[in-house]
Amino acid sequence: MSFKRKDLLGLASLSQEEMALILDAAEPFKEVSGREIKKVPALRGKTVINLFFEPSTRTRTSFELAAKRLSADVVNFSPSSSSVMKGETLLDTARNIEFMQADILVLRHSSAGAAEILARNSRLSVINAGDGWHEHPTQALSDLLTIQEKKGQVRDLHVAIVGDVAHSRVARSNIYALTKMGANVRVVGPPTMIPLCLHRLGVTVYHDFDEAISGVDVVIMLRLQLERQGRSLFPSIREYARLYGLTAERVQRAAKDVLVMHPGPVNRGVEIAHDVVDGNAAVILEQVANGVAVRMGLMYLLSQRN
Amino acid sequence: MTNDLKILITGGQVIDPGHWNGVADVLIERGKISAVEPNLQSKLQKVKGVEIVDAKGLLVCPGFVDLHVHFREPGFEYKETIATGSAAAVAGGFTSVCCMPNTHPINDSRSTTEFILAQAAAAGKARVFPIGAITKGSKGEELAEIGELFDAGCVAVSDDGVPVMNSLVMRRAMEYATAFHLPVIDHCEDSQLAPGGCMHEGAVSTELGIPGIPKATEEVMVARNIALAELTGSRLHLPHVSTVGSVRMAREAKARGIPVTAEACPHHFSLTDEAVRSYNTNAKMNPPLRTDEDVQAIKEGLQDNTIDIVATDHAPHAIQEKQLEFDEAPFGIIGLETAFPLTLSLVEEGTLTLEQAIAKLTREPARVFDLPYGTLVPGVEADLTLIDLNATWVVDTARLHSLSRNTPFAGWTMKGRVVKTFVGGTVVYDREDIL
Repeated sequence: MSFKRKDLLGLASLSQEEMALILDAAEPFKEVSGREIKKVPALRGKTVINLFFEPSTRTRTSFELAAKRLSADVVNFSPSSSSVMKGETLLDTARNIEFMQADILVLRHSSAGAAEILARNSRLSVINAGDGWHEHPTQALSDLLTIQEKKGQVRDLHVAIVGDVAHSRVARSNIYALTKMGANVRVVGPPTMIPLCLHRLGVTVYHDFDEAISGVDVVIMLRLQLERQGRSLFPSIREYARLYGLTAERVQRAAKDVLVMHPGPVNRGVEIAHDVVDGNAAVILEQVANGVAVRMGLMYLLSQRN
Repeated sequence: MTNDLKILITGGQVIDPGHWNGVADVLIERGKISAVEPNLQSKLQKVKGVEIVDAKGLLVCPGFVDLHVHFREPGFEYKETIATGSAAAVAGGFTSVCCMPNTHPINDSRSTTEFILAQAAAAGKARVFPIGAITKGSKGEELAEIGELFDAGCVAVSDDGVPVMNSLVMRRAMEYATAFHLPVIDHCEDSQLAPGGCMHEGAVSTELGIPGIPKATEEVMVARNIALAELTGSRLHLPHVSTVGSVRMAREAKARGIPVTAEACPHHFSLTDEAVRSYNTNAKMNPPLRTDEDVQAIKEGLQDNTIDIVATDHAPHAIQEKQLEFDEAPFGIIGLETAFPLTLSLVEEGTLTLEQAIAKLTREPARVFDLPYGTLVPGVEADLTLIDLNATWVVDTARLHSLSRNTPFAGWTMKGRVVKTFVGGTVVYDREDIL
């Protein structure tokens, strides 16, 4: 089986086989990043544009490194505002990039669906690097790769996703990825942060973290958007940390060899305690390393399309 | 629009709700209906100067009346003008339309009202009735000069597009409007309840990651407005009812004798939030497309007359405004040219009889705003629509008369097509001219 898609817009529409294909493609590229000369010629002569409408350091850098290690030419383009503000529509921006003969467009945008709208109207291969609250597929694929490496397989594992699920694209992509790969997914957070009808995505919803974490094999902590305080989603960071923060004590309630994951950037002492971030269960930096490999594998597959 | 010609519309199936339902001829003299009877043709054969319009096989009914359109003039003429909007109206069978005041400037003054009426007269298509603002600048703070607006020709007041959030201001507006017997329309939305919301809040919004607009956003304001109508005795018209709860509250209010009327838009009984799945900005409107149970409730409301009328909420936006990210595109879709076939589908599926459906587009809206139209009784202005109920056609946005193209029904096959429209005895739309 080969990867037939022009774009990667989200995991909701991807099959288990397609996700496995991307992970398989990523695996050999891990070794490339460990070499002294971290470069293969797979995308030589190709052009990758990172179009980031939202500030991002780590995701953009990860995509940039991935493209460079594949020998692609990379251009970072970070308009500071959305299309309406800057007076040019997103589609016009994309058409310009298309006619500069770019091959892959990596898009980060604050609007859900931005990548899908763009992909539908462009010949470019579009990779969604995060669209509003919708999806962040390469993050979830990195997480899958990390879990697969540490646990051997994803099927039948118990995974808890904790935090502001309503406003999290990482949560949505992880829910799609993990449920399709056969994991049992629990979602934990205050009711204000759990969107309506979430159970329809095949997850179990909890509001009590101590109950939810019992016996789980993997805990994925979501970053708390601190600026959301004052919008009545939670009363205080103090109370949030007490109810939904991952402490060493809570880690004890999980399975013995639990993996602690976080997409970063981490708010130490808020959603995750300082000593847990640096503890043995944490695989947060492995997620970062796998992020580069997954993005390399994905770009390689998309460039092989023709 | 009067003329001396006599026109005889022969052999059509005439439906004038409550007055006539059957084959008849319709005689128009000096722009007014003078008779609706079978076999008028044979009686008039000797009379000179009668123009015959053969309506055999066609439905002949009063011209449709739409209580809710947005013609973007003055201020947003790139979306729609009064001329293009009224051309779209008559192409859709509408001979009277009521335009909301959210233009630029807001229609909160005699001069803007008079400008709209003058532009409508110059366009010479549909009758256009302005709706005045409730508050100055539709800011929800001070009452507009409602008496002056009434005097200038406004048929109702509304701050449509935005709700009157302050309940005391709304109470005063309703009280004041009773002096002129003017209906008050409130865009029922608690704007603080759904910050950034741009589609129905439910399973689909959760999947798509789009900020949601819960049903309660509409329902809390419907409840408030009904309570204020009960307090003040004011006529309250509920526009674009979209939820089960709103229908239930309107039904209960009517049963208790509160002077409430309600409207439903064709998109709210034809589509659900599933239409948003591809981030289709032409499925973005406010109130948003809801769920199957809401669609069902709206149909039941239409059936038992909880919902008095069908109105379009025709809301044109330019192509470049809709070709944006979903959350940045404006709310609203055009509806004048697709409203009839979508309403006819309620007849096809057995929800309404044909006469009921026609009544909700003619007699009932005329009643809600006290307009002397929507009927064919002798003496009234000859506003009529001739329709081929069996004609099927595909919605091609390039061929619509509206200046804008923002419809979720592009490419749909529709059944039922307007063939000819008369306003005051003059043909203002003739499909044969286009063919």
